[in-house]
Order: sequence, then C-alpha cells, then structure tokens
Amino acid sequence: MQNINWVALTIFVLLFGFITWLGFAAANWRKGDLDQLHEWGLGGRRFGTIVTWFLVGGDLYTAYTFIAVPALAFGAGAVAFFAVPYTIVIYPILFLVFPRLWHVCHKHNYITAGDFVRGRFGNRWLALAVAITGIVATMPYIALQLVGIQVVLGALGISGTGFAADLPLIIAFVILAAFTYSSGLRAPASIAIVKDILIYITAFAAVIVIPIQLGGFGKIFAAVPAQKLLLAVPGPNTTGAYGVYATLALGSALALFLYPHSLTGILSASSGHAIRRNAAMLPGYSLMLGLLALVGFFALAAGVGNLPEYAAGFKQFGNNFAVPALLLHSFPSWFVGIAFAAIGIGALVPAAIMSIAAANLYTRNIHREFINKNPTDKQEAQMAKWVSLVVKLGALVFILFVPTQYAIQLQLLGGIWIIQTLPSVMLGAYTRWFNDWALLLGWAAGTSAGTAMAVAAHLTPTYPLVLGGYAFPGYTAFYTVILNLVVAIVLTPVLNAMNARRAPIDETVAADYHA
Amino acid sequence: MNDTQRKRGAWSWWYLLFVIQIVIVLCPPLYNKAEPHWMGIPFFYWFQLLCVIIGAVFTAIVYFATDD
Repeated sequence: MQNINWVALTIFVLLFGFITWLGFAAANWRKGDLDQLHEWGLGGRRFGTIVTWFLVGGDLYTAYTFIAVPALAFGAGAVAFFAVPYTIVIYPILFLVFPRLWHVCHKHNYITAGDFVRGRFGNRWLALAVAITGIVATMPYIALQLVGIQVVLGALGISGTGFAADLPLIIAFVILAAFTYSSGLRAPASIAIVKDILIYITAFAAVIVIPIQLGGFGKIFAAVPAQKLLLAVPGPNTTGAYGVYATLALGSALALFLYPHSLTGILSASSGHAIRRNAAMLPGYSLMLGLLALVGFFALAAGVGNLPEYAAGFKQFGNNFAVPALLLHSFPSWFVGIAFAAIGIGALVPAAIMSIAAANLYTRNIHREFINKNPTDKQEAQMAKWVSLVVKLGALVFILFVPTQYAIQLQLLGGIWIIQTLPSVMLGAYTRWFNDWALLLGWAAGTSAGTAMAVAAHLTPTYPLVLGGYAFPGYTAFYTVILNLVVAIVLTPVLNAMNARRAPIDETVAADYHA
Repeated sequence: MNDTQRKRGAWSWWYLLFVIQIVIVLCPPLYNKAEPHWMGIPFFYWFQLLCVIIGAVFTAIVYFATDD
C-alpha cells in the first residue's frame, strides 16, 4: 500500500488520544454508583434530549454505515438509497412505540428487551429467546465496526505483516474495552458528542467541496452509468426492484429498534418526552446519511476506482475503500486526518454501546435467570462489565481470523433474526393478547424459515418469493416476520384453549405504559 | 391519569401525517424518475432527501399537537 500519511496519522492519533481521555473521565459525568447495573449499563437513565440525540445518533448511524452505504451506491447505484426511506420510516415507530416501552421499563427497572418480555409474558424461555437473538445479532455487528477502523487504518498507509499489521486495531480495541469497562454507557455518550461533530464537519465538507471540484452535481450524475442512476422498472408479473427497495426499507426500519444497542440508547433517556423530541430531531442524521450515499456517486465521478495509487486499497477492502479513497483524493492531509478520525471514533461509539447491550442481556436474562438467581447489585454490575470484555474480545478475534465477508453475511442474518422479536417486544408494548408459547413458536418459525431462505438465496438479503405465478423479490426479514406473526396469531387461541385454566401472567398494568 | 391515558393510548388523527409519509416513501414508482432535475440532481435523489425534511417537520407537528 502507499506510504504512511504522517500529517493525517498525527491528527488521527491526537483525536484518538483525546477521546480516550474523555472516555475515562466520563465515569465522573453525572456521577452515579457504577456498581449498579442501571448506572453502568444505562447511564442511570439520566440523559436529556440533547445527549440522547448525540448518543442514539452515534449509536444508529455507525462508522460502518458511513462506509458501506456510499460503497453500495458506488457499486450498485440507486438501490443504496433505500437507506433514506428506511430512516424516514423508523421515526414514527420511535415516536409511537418506544415512549411506551421506556415508561414500563423505567417503572419496573427493566434494562433489556428480555427483562420486559419476562415481566409482560411471565415466560423465561421466551425472554431467553429474545436475549439470545439479541446477543447473536449484535456480535457480528460489533465485528463490522472493526472493519470500519481497518479500512481507515489501511487508507492512512499503515501496513505490515503478521502481528504488526493487526497491532493498531488491537490498540484501538484495548482502549475501547478499558473505557467501556470503567465508565459504562457514560463513555460512548460523551464520545458520541465529539464523534458526531467530526462526522457532520466531514459530511458537509464532502458534500460542498467535492461537487465544486468535480464541476457540479450535473457533471457528477452524468458520470453515473444509466442503469445505476434509477431503479430498474419491473417487468410483467413481478414487483421487481420496486418491491426489493420498499421491503428493504420497511424491514430494516422494523428491525432497527429491536437491536439491543438501539434499545439501550433509548432506555438511557431521562423521559418519554426526550424520546419523542428525538424522533423529530434525529432525521438530521438521516439527511447526512442520504448526502453521504451521494458521496458514492462522487467517487464514481472522480474515477478513484481507476487510479493506480488506490488500486491496492480497493483490492484489499473492495468497494468499502471508495469513501476513504475519495477523501484522500479530494482533501489536504490535515483534513483527511479529521475525517478518518471521525470514521474511526465513529466505530468505537456503537461498538461500546453494542457490547454493553449484549452484556446487559447476558447478565439479566441468562445469568440471573438460570445461573445465579439472587446476585447483589454489585455482583450483577461486575458480571456485566466482564461480559462486555468477553463480547468485544470475541468480535476482535473474529475479525482478525475470519474473512470479513463472513462478518458481513452474519450481520445480514442478524437483521433477519432480530426482527423475529418484533411480536414479543413491539406488539407486546401494546397488547398482552398473544399466548407466550405461541410467540415462542412464531419466533422459532420465523428464525428457521429466515435462515433457510437466506441460505437458499446464497446469503443475500433478498429472496425471490413466488406466489401464484407472480414474483415478489423482497427482503427476507420482512417476509419471515409476517410468517412469525401468522403462526403466533393462529396458535394463540389454540394454546389458550388447551390450557384454559392457566391465567395469563403479566406483572405490568396499563398505567405503567404512560407518564 | 385518565386524561393522559386517553391522549397517549388512543388513536390521534394527527398520526395520519405519519401514515402519509410512510406510504409515500414506500412507493418507489412515485419517485423513480430522473426529471425534473434540481441543481443537477435527479428527482429520485432530491425528492427522497426532501422527504426526510418533511418527515421531521411532520413529526414535530405531531409532537406539539399530541404532547402536553
């Protein structure tokens, strides 16, 4: 690869040093007793509207997103823009469903989705299914954040062989693990503020400066091949690319807030009001994501894919190298340092929150439920701290020894799996109508069908569903959650009738779901 | 408490704004075209970015209309 870019690297390291200090100092921010799980793992539920905005924004719009969405536009064109309707659909869901969940979780000191399902449906096996799904879906997601760091380290010209090549990534991860362990959710919350400011600076600079360099948007879009510029119009007897686009957007939106790290971010808010306000304010990030998707087209127009100095990067990282290559091509070194730091730090924030969320799930819904039923507060918090280390170490080992492609495919499967918790968690916030075992069987049906369909589609997100001679290619997660719901709805009256004397268990009451 | 419950638990007509924005952005045939361009950007792209802004405004309207 090219030589080390010293100016950019220096700025990158300085900014990394700053957020390391900030991560440790965060332990004293809005000080709480970090020997309690809700203090370590939810920041004491004390974050107001603004901090929640930075935290959830930094949590959902990950570094990998900022690399992968433009990379998809660079490689596949218009379909990458599904990320925009996706982020439009999520906010009404956030506005309507999640203040209810926040209230009931606050009232009963629930920290995870598993806690809520356990209390609402009184079934620890259903809660276990929700917890395991959350952990398994989160692990590859953490690994992908590391891919984001790898790409920018590669673009800075850091290369080597064997252990030396992996050392920078290992250092970044040790830093991450240490401040997460000591400060809990307060660390990513404070770092998110720095990260988001850097990302906004980078995104707006890229969207303003690069089109000027390239001679305007007209010239940029003229350089995009016609078949990439718009979605292909479907032929007869199929919903074609339109169905793919709409189901990808809707399915991804339904899945997003079921991810443990999303829920952790939301539950750390100080009130339901803060969540509702954020539903109107978070689209600021969507706008930036949409603009960044256009950066994939800038990279096409700038022709960075054909420049010899970036050939090695594209060879190693594929289209994920499009954004770093374009930044190197368009900006002076000092600004490249800021931009790359934004991406690198942008990977640490969600990785920290994801590991905290997975640790909370293990501690509450597996360890406390099945192994040590009566831990002290201190034991419980200590367990979560250790698990957060194990989870991150697992992700690091995965990314060092397994091809990146597997992490991407597993993350894809993760989306299909996590959406299967929708009936228990999101519908559970509204109704106790479902039978708990019917929900568990629906979850099992959706999970197994989704996995089989994804394998049949060669681990791509869309499945070519055919019904009555009409083809509906679409997002597998979307189709299988419908199957899941149908199973749960059909089996609920059947299972209720089989066990009519058993009164439904529900430790929550209607008033718990409101202010 | 009962007042709050009626407000929060029940359907509000303001939520129609959510329905409108979701239905529109999930119908790609409505916006899968290049014309009219705006500042050289094809309709497909600027329309969806505009929808983000409209969605944020709609959500703010619903917030102020339904939250006390």
